[in-house]
Amino acid sequence: MPQTLSINGTDVPLPDDPRVSLLDLLRDHLQLAGVKKGCNQGACGACTVLLDGKERILSCMALAVQYEGRKVTSIEGLAANGTLHPLQQAFIDHDGFQCGYCTPGQICSSIGMVEELRRGVPSHVTDDLSAETIAFSREEIQERMSGNLCRCGAYNGIIAAISETHAKAVR
Amino acid sequence: MNPFTYARAADVDDAVQLAAGSQAKYLGGGTNLVDLLRETLERPTALVDVTGLPSAIEERSDGSLLIGAAATNTAVAEHHSVRTRFPMLTRAISAGASAQIRNMATVGGNILQRTRCNYFYDHAGSRCNKRSPGQGCDAIEGANRNHAILGGSPSCVATHPSDMCVALVALGAVVHLQSTRGTRTLPLTDLHRLPETSPDQETFLKPGELITAVEIPALPFASDSTYRKVRDRASYAFALISVAAAIDVKDDIIQDVRLAFGGVAPKPWRAWNAEAALKGKPATLENFCVAAEAELSDASPLRDNGFKVALTNRTMVAVLDALVREKNGGSNP
Ligand SMILES: Cc1cc2nc3c(=O)[nH]c(=O)nc-3n(C[C@H](O)[C@H](O)[C@H](O)COP(=O)(O)OP(=O)(O)OC[C@H]3O[C@@H](n4cnc5c(N)ncnc54)[C@H](O)[C@@H]3O)c2cc1C
Ligand code: SF4
Ligand code: FES
Ligand code: FES
Repeated sequence: MPQTLSINGTDVPLPDDPRVSLLDLLRDHLQLAGVKKGCNQGACGACTVLLDGKERILSCMALAVQYEGRKVTSIEGLAANGTLHPLQQAFIDHDGFQCGYCTPGQICSSIGMVEELRRGVPSHVTDDLSAETIAFSREEIQERMSGNLCRCGAYNGIIAAISETHAKAVR
Repeated sequence: MNPFTYARAADVDDAVQLAAGSQAKYLGGGTNLVDLLRETLERPTALVDVTGLPSAIEERSDGSLLIGAAATNTAVAEHHSVRTRFPMLTRAISAGASAQIRNMATVGGNILQRTRCNYFYDHAGSRCNKRSPGQGCDAIEGANRNHAILGGSPSCVATHPSDMCVALVALGAVVHLQSTRGTRTLPLTDLHRLPETSPDQETFLKPGELITAVEIPALPFASDSTYRKVRDRASYAFALISVAAAIDVKDDIIQDVRLAFGGVAPKPWRAWNAEAALKGKPATLENFCVAAEAELSDASPLRDNGFKVALTNRTMVAVLDALVREKNGGSNP
């Protein structure tokens, strides 16, 4: 039986060569070109994908073979039955991009970030480490999204999109 | 990248067997090793994936915490006991890298991450004793703003980049090791080697030794500890300098204190001299300054990093002052 990992709900075989990164598997082997290669060294976040639908990781630093049996979601896997994920729609509504190169990574990353907030993971700017819940603020979003760079500087739109989606979700 | 085989270790015994007798490397989250493989700065013939090994964080009856080496940086930072009993560790981890990297990075890999010295990475253009022993070190006379002021040598002045390790050495963490020859423990302060004449030798680990866990002994006064990192931008940057600190003051006298520095030395730097200068003394700003001086009087700044001496001094004093004020409800000692 071939060893596989699941990409956007489809089982795909692991690459024969263990040197293939998850990023190259997605882009070059599976033609899922939404995920972007910015730096290929962990420094920009353009390659961010989700593990098990909620944990954000960098696919450029991941060897694909390490993720045998895991569920990976890229930007292509977020829309359900032709309906955009609320964050995808919010990025459009708030002009959360200009050239769009960083956007797939920004959106996957912000989904992972919301999950971390829900779990109460503290950040560098969280005052009270003993608190069970984290107060949602612009400062928290900025710090938690600092692993995703945007050369176009669309940060205000990105923060607005994340804030609005979060506000709707907790309402 | 040179070719290598890949195997996922089922358990600790399996891991050390798989790594024995070959040019194998253990693979954690890969956030440092994959980079080093791409740059061919590491050329193992086999990778042994250790991310499936124990990762639990166990609170033991003697008050210590035992953290499986495969625990992710995020898992450690968010653990309730770490946040409340050893907050400097949560602060240090969350000041490092990015959320994505912290989700991937393991405790074992964080400890053994390699320096970010630019000349080390620059095969084509630079000489580096760590990469090519005996070649010379281009940092010593070069752009050395990020390099060491303590513990360096004429062979190498690279810094150890970890934030997490700075808190761990301050807390007196002990590393659990296993190889085919058995198990042993080593204080984290004794794991990294200073460069002296062989900067390519970075640790006192034996060939094939695996980090299985990190133990943090009980330290009641660490519940008010903290970590302050100074960097060129507010987030997602390595430390210029950093300070981990915990202090226990009764009747204005310092009963005990823990201090460690990051970004200033080839290893996470436990400030033993500063600690010794403080114990039994009144908790005053003057004494904090004298203690910082005691640690930093040996500093050997290079062309571009003299600022680190004053910055470490001021940061250490400010962090101790803040900790004492916080306990006194805001008043000056
Ligand atoms: C862009 C960027 C920014 C960063 N910024 C920071 C920062 O600000 N602060 C900071 O502290 N760090 C920073 N880092 C570094 C990051 O913290 C490390 O890369 C990470 O902690 C390494 O963990 P890992 O599990 O991915 O290790 P790996 O890359 O998998 O391995 C690293 C080394 O450890 C060895 N190893 C792994 N596990 C074990 C084990 N159990 N026993 C024995 N050997 C083992 C491997 O063989 C390898 O030599 C940054 C990294 C990047 C890419
Ligand atoms: S400081 Fe160390 S790592 Fe950097 S170039 Fe010199 S020898 Fe190499
Ligand atoms: S491409 Fe992965 S972080 Fe830049
Ligand atoms: S939209 Fe262009 S890089 Fe972010």
